[in-house]
Amino acid sequence: MTRPPEVDTAEIRARYPDVFNRPASARLATPAMLLAALAIFLFGLVDLDFSPSRFISGLSQLGWISMMMIPPDPGSSLPLYLKALGETLSIALLGTTLAALFALPVSLLAARNVVPSSILRFPVRRFLDSIRGVDTLIWALVWINVVGLGPFAGVLAIAVSDFGGFGKLFSEAIEGADQKQVEGIRASGGSALHEIRFGLLPQVLPVIAGQVLYFIESNTRSATIIGIVGAGGIGLQLAEQIRVLEWQKVSFLILMILVAVAAIDFISGKLRFAIIGMRAVA
Amino acid sequence: MTIAVSILPDQQLAALNAAYAKAVARKRLRLLAGVALFVAALLVASIGAEVNLRTFFTYFGNFVSYFDRILTLDSGQRVWSDVGEWFWGWHKWLKLLGETLLISYVGTLTGAVLAFLLNFFAAENTSPAPWLRFTVRRLLEFARTVPGIVFALIFVIAFGLGPMAGVLAIAIHSTGALGKLFSEIVENADMKPVEGIRSTGASWLSCMRFAVVPQVTAGYASYALLRFEINVREASVMGFVGAGGIGQELIVAIRKFYYSDVSAILVTIIVTVFLIDIATGWIRGRLFGKEGRA
Repeated sequence: MTRPPEVDTAEIRARYPDVFNRPASARLATPAMLLAALAIFLFGLVDLDFSPSRFISGLSQLGWISMMMIPPDPGSSLPLYLKALGETLSIALLGTTLAALFALPVSLLAARNVVPSSILRFPVRRFLDSIRGVDTLIWALVWINVVGLGPFAGVLAIAVSDFGGFGKLFSEAIEGADQKQVEGIRASGGSALHEIRFGLLPQVLPVIAGQVLYFIESNTRSATIIGIVGAGGIGLQLAEQIRVLEWQKVSFLILMILVAVAAIDFISGKLRFAIIGMRAVA
Repeated sequence: MTIAVSILPDQQLAALNAAYAKAVARKRLRLLAGVALFVAALLVASIGAEVNLRTFFTYFGNFVSYFDRILTLDSGQRVWSDVGEWFWGWHKWLKLLGETLLISYVGTLTGAVLAFLLNFFAAENTSPAPWLRFTVRRLLEFARTVPGIVFALIFVIAFGLGPMAGVLAIAIHSTGALGKLFSEIVENADMKPVEGIRSTGASWLSCMRFAVVPQVTAGYASYALLRFEINVREASVMGFVGAGGIGQELIVAIRKFYYSDVSAILVTIIVTVFLIDIATGWIRGRLFGKEGRA
């Protein structure tokens, strides 16, 4: 057996200067970035009052709380919780539907291939962005001020905050649509509305339907928490039970939320594939 | 020029027409049934959610006038006529905003590191044992399904009021969300390098370190940046339950009807979210080229 020939490292080094003699700036970039990230992290820990003793005592407290949570037990309030869960699901369904209805026409205005003028598109897009920049919980607080405490405020909060998200997603779906069909309609003498109705919508509706279903799913999650600020649903019960330290009820409510979300995930996943076929949701 | 469209005999045509009409009718019926079901669900839901259109229309004026009020100073003038007065508390708000950003930064980083440590166990192609994979997956699922603010509520009781609870809540939620996304990237990774390294007799750890990690870091960083964006929004409301940041100030302003403060704080939050969106978009573009938006 022969040994492989000796490697002439000097020659290789000379031949590939990019690999062996990288400039110091390139070699230091990654460690410098990591160091900076770590420095900010440590600064954050100090600035946010992280102390090991507090952390450990909190952990032991948390351990104690988890012990108290077992076994999950609704006590005598199961009917109340089921009603609250129904309320949450209603909020998610209604809020998402409302948002989708209002977002569709607006998203047409934000799509490049429908409204070519960027002066018109720009304010619409920034408007949608600002709505999205505000968390659902904040919208819930605003609507509570308007229509009072209760699930109706929750519906409106979900509707408004999703309106921003849908507007963006829909307009992206519309921009991704094939222009040829629109051109065909224009060639046969169709008006701008005909172009949208017969050229664009048939292409984007399945995509939009998929997104709406996906949002209903993710809104079940958001709807579970808006009750924390008083906008109805199971979050209200959860926040109350946490405040009065009824840990067994808390764990039961969390379990209920987990099961409900899993069920909605399953159903809407099936529906989504039934509507759009096995294609991935864009 | 001859036109080669063959006209079918009437009998055949009628059969085809009937079949077509039947197919269309069936499709319509399905659509109609779907719509009817959906509308029924909406009706049931509107009863469940106590939707009351009368309330809505009576109070809709309130919604419009609410924006009118939050855009008016105590002196009765529009807010933008006196920006100094509108943002009178900017010093305090900027500090709280900095706290919000730090909460989301520390939370995202902690979550990303934990997700990084866990995701190899959750991915189908790299997990050392099926039972481990199952456990880690359920753990991640739990962490991301329970909303962050619920964790915050519990942590506020365990760790006391303040940003610590917010950071931990965001960290746990991010671990769950990123762990899933990370493990999906790993599942898409090319396994040939792993085989190559395993053939040299390397341990599982070395396989991960030298074969998997170099393939997936770009994707990881991209998702972590996206998560940071989302977490800034989430951290802005952590203060609602006493877990630090600007939310504390906002909820006080809303509850106590300090109208112009509400709009000032909202504007501050929206501008910050914009800037973060733009900045992380820019970083992503720099790191992974223009197509980096995963």
